[in-house]
Amino acid sequence: MTTEQLHDVRLHVNGSVHEVRVPARRLLSDALRHDCGLTGTHVGCEHGVCGACTVLVDGTPMRSCLMLTVSAVDAEITTVEGLTEDDGSAQGRLSPVQQAFSDCHGLQCGFCTPGFLTTITAGLRETPDPTEDEAREMIAGNLCRCTGYQNIVKSVLRASEITAERERGEA
Amino acid sequence: MKPAPFAFLRPSTLEEALAALAGEQGAKVLAGGQSLVPLLSMRLAAPSMLIDINALPDLGHVRVAEDGVRVGALARHAEVLASAEAAQAQPLLGMALSHVAHPTIRNRGTTVGSIVHADAAAEMPMVLRLLEGSVDVVSVRGRRTIPAAELFAGPLESTLAHDEIAVEAFFPGLAPGAGVAFQEIARRHGDYALVGVAAHVETDGEAVTRARVGFVSVSDVPVVVDVTAAVQDPGGDPAATALAELDPAEDIHATAAYRTHLVKVLAPRVLAAATDHARSRAGEAIRP
Repeated sequence: MTTEQLHDVRLHVNGSVHEVRVPARRLLSDALRHDCGLTGTHVGCEHGVCGACTVLVDGTPMRSCLMLTVSAVDAEITTVEGLTEDDGSAQGRLSPVQQAFSDCHGLQCGFCTPGFLTTITAGLRETPDPTEDEAREMIAGNLCRCTGYQNIVKSVLRASEITAERERGEA
Repeated sequence: MKPAPFAFLRPSTLEEALAALAGEQGAKVLAGGQSLVPLLSMRLAAPSMLIDINALPDLGHVRVAEDGVRVGALARHAEVLASAEAAQAQPLLGMALSHVAHPTIRNRGTTVGSIVHADAAAEMPMVLRLLEGSVDVVSVRGRRTIPAAELFAGPLESTLAHDEIAVEAFFPGLAPGAGVAFQEIARRHGDYALVGVAAHVETDGEAVTRARVGFVSVSDVPVVVDVTAAVQDPGGDPAATALAELDPAEDIHATAAYRTHLVKVLAPRVLAAATDHARSRAGEAIRP
């Protein structure tokens, strides 16, 4: 049996460079978890349906299970670990979307949460002040099996408020 | 789920990509990968080589001209959907693209890739057929244009040769006096349609001169049926005309009877909407 060819790939993740050596078939989701050690990106269905593995690729939400690591060379990737804001403290400050999920009980088991957080972070950049319908449309491609969607929709709306409050310097 | 091993190339010129494709019988082209990567992960496909075209130059365009909209092989669904110019030239593009999967998938998936993937459950292959568009393909042997009517050979099978790369799709613009409409029924918005129906209607004054209807997820290939005679006949039944050429199938999502029912409900509805659209556009055209 011949050894599988490995590719040297330089990934840009959350502002850091990760040099990984992977076979061409390594999904980006697996490279993030196993090669970069960033296990915040969760892997659910592995065929693009559940949305748990959603990351930001150059700021745009994409399914990391539907991308090959070797195709991600030129991209700046943001995972859930990269959402936290730098406020000078060691652990940083929760982003508005993360804070809203905490405030509104937007998560229960937390498995689907990283995909929701990345998707909503990008969604609010495009639609900063969504209606409830727009909030539902924003998360329509992500599945949650325990919290249910009511509190996640509330979290989207709350995240919009927190973002505005922080911009006004209130929080 | 892990794909089977394959060799990988990410060429930076089209010539390099075409030479590699011609030299490897089992090679597949990777653009957005939103259909291909799941097939690899589920091991329903096991190409010997993937040729990633995402680093090729000059393929990301959404170009609007007098005659219609040209979409390059690397234009993502989201980019085509975001083009107000494209929606103006051919309104069916926006109507259908908003039903193509969820926004996250549209951010990566390409319109041209979806078309040559030739899935009868996908919106854009049917839309290209209904609009009588075409796809330009290139190989080391040269470039050719495949009309949509000759593009779909069977389920998930296009008439591209193995060494050809689809570089551009052409969607003709909507003529004055013509109208379009699109509706689909899915469990959730963005999921695969149980049934999707689009109509293209041409009018001359009050008279309908041509009416065609396209169907998603009803047969195993994208089907477009000419229902002009049924529409022009006051007692005509366009849905019955369409059903004579359709083969509604049963799967875990819907029974054949339910799909037949949806065709009967949606076909007259989109025909009426497209006819209204045509008349409203004709009205706009003559207004000073």
